[in-house]
Amino acid sequence: MENRPLEYDYTVAKMFMLTTVLLGIVGMLIGVILAFQLAFPELNLVLGEGLAEYTNFSRLRPLHTDAVIFGFTLSGIFATWYYVGQRVLKVSMAESGLLMFLGKLHFWLYLAVVVAVVVSLFTGVTTSKEYAEFEWPIDIAVVVVWVVFGLSIFGLIGIRREKSLYISVWYYIATFLGIAMLYLFNNMEIPTMLAASPAGETGIGAWYHSVSMYAGTNDALVQWWYGHNAVAFGFTVPIVAMIYYFLPKESGQAIYSYKLSLLSFWGLMFVYLWAGGHHLIYSTVPDWMQTMGSIFSVILILPSWGSAINMLLTMKGEWQQVASSPLIKFMVLGSTFYMFSTLEGPIQAIKSVNAIAHFTDWIVGHVHDGVLGWVGFMIMAALYHMAPRVFKREIYSKSLMATQFWIQTLGVVLYFSSMWISGITQGMMWRAHDEFGNLAYSFIDTVTVLHPYYTIRGVGGLLYLVGFLMFAYNIYKTMSARPVEESELQSASPMGA
Amino acid sequence: MSIAEIQAYGYFFLTLFMVLVLYGYIYHLYTKKKDADGIDYEKYGNIALDDDIGDAPVLPVSKDKEK
Repeated sequence: MENRPLEYDYTVAKMFMLTTVLLGIVGMLIGVILAFQLAFPELNLVLGEGLAEYTNFSRLRPLHTDAVIFGFTLSGIFATWYYVGQRVLKVSMAESGLLMFLGKLHFWLYLAVVVAVVVSLFTGVTTSKEYAEFEWPIDIAVVVVWVVFGLSIFGLIGIRREKSLYISVWYYIATFLGIAMLYLFNNMEIPTMLAASPAGETGIGAWYHSVSMYAGTNDALVQWWYGHNAVAFGFTVPIVAMIYYFLPKESGQAIYSYKLSLLSFWGLMFVYLWAGGHHLIYSTVPDWMQTMGSIFSVILILPSWGSAINMLLTMKGEWQQVASSPLIKFMVLGSTFYMFSTLEGPIQAIKSVNAIAHFTDWIVGHVHDGVLGWVGFMIMAALYHMAPRVFKREIYSKSLMATQFWIQTLGVVLYFSSMWISGITQGMMWRAHDEFGNLAYSFIDTVTVLHPYYTIRGVGGLLYLVGFLMFAYNIYKTMSARPVEESELQSASPMGA
Repeated sequence: MSIAEIQAYGYFFLTLFMVLVLYGYIYHLYTKKKDADGIDYEKYGNIALDDDIGDAPVLPVSKDKEK
């Protein structure tokens, strides 16, 4: 027993892989239901009038966004951290009882928070702040989970054998620090039971209710500083961390330019935090702030493309791998979608374009080509790469994976193309007026015109969900597939037919 | 000078300063090519490839302590 060679310990990584898959299914399923509700409103009452409270769009919408952001994506980030962190720091979690304990504590606390979130949002307990719906008791629990995650990160770094921190670790640290700062400031709130009304009433509302410490314009500014940077530090930074590890490892090619990865990192950190103002263009916030949001969004193309080009150039001379490996396909298409959405975002942030795009479906389309094409593809690719190594078995089926890739790619294309058309149609119709300035269309006119595109969007989302279920099945079957030797796992992942 | 003007000047010069720092860093990376430990930055790309627990680190922590 004592002489057994030291190995990486993936216990915690496996636990988070499970929640990544489960919460991915939940979040995406609700998303598909919502998409069809928008196309066919009678689905709001699918379980009857009596249960309409639980099945209507507005009750389910935060469950979708929070399940995919804080469920699927965060679990994916945690799962990959507990895998990548050990490997690039060359230290096993088995070497420290404390880190193992913290890792497991991290998982179980996280799961408890997930349950609390699902129950509270289903019952309609919400602060009504977008992506920050959780009431104060849950917020405090989230902070505890995050602190434990931080202890795990810095604990592992503290006992590392590799002196230099690999670029992915920089990105994981940035994720930790960025979200800590954003979450704390945006969720500053006062429980209503501690407040007093002008009339002198105290102990107002249920014990779990709270009001934001910010009001009006200030609330909007803090909210979108948070909202946009949640995209930065939840959907960009940690996903870049993943691809900088998994693409080189799977392809056997070192990162194209390590120097470029370093300067893109600082460029991204420097620019991203200032771009959130673009969510508030043409609203009641100071004009200079809108302009600043616009300008920084355009500058953001540089560091984003710096990373994306670095990923694609990593495949230089090895492009045949894209054809032969579905796993590489996921990552290369992921970084291509990253380039695409980081170009689309700045275009939408330009004031004149924003005049058409704001409040339309084009924004929804933009978010989804980023999250479905980039975040979703990269997290699935990461789990596909990890599965043979944590279970010591080959991936159950290569052909299933390839089929999944094409089904989901078609789903993403249907999603964003339908939202492009419907968004721009919407924007143009809302603005159209006659020579006297009377609006040419009423709101319901746009709804009628957009119906086919909403249906196409629903189908696109459904295809993506079907692909995700294939992914879940493939990972599940991998656990009982053919065992493989350590030596087969050097770079390309072994796959069954 | 009002507080808003002070903020605006402060913001402008902070941005300018950070731009200079960022470009200075890029200049440093591409002229020096090596970090303070004398390791070529590009060597760190191998951390991801040679990541078995038995593989030799690019720059071990322990070697540092012996110095």
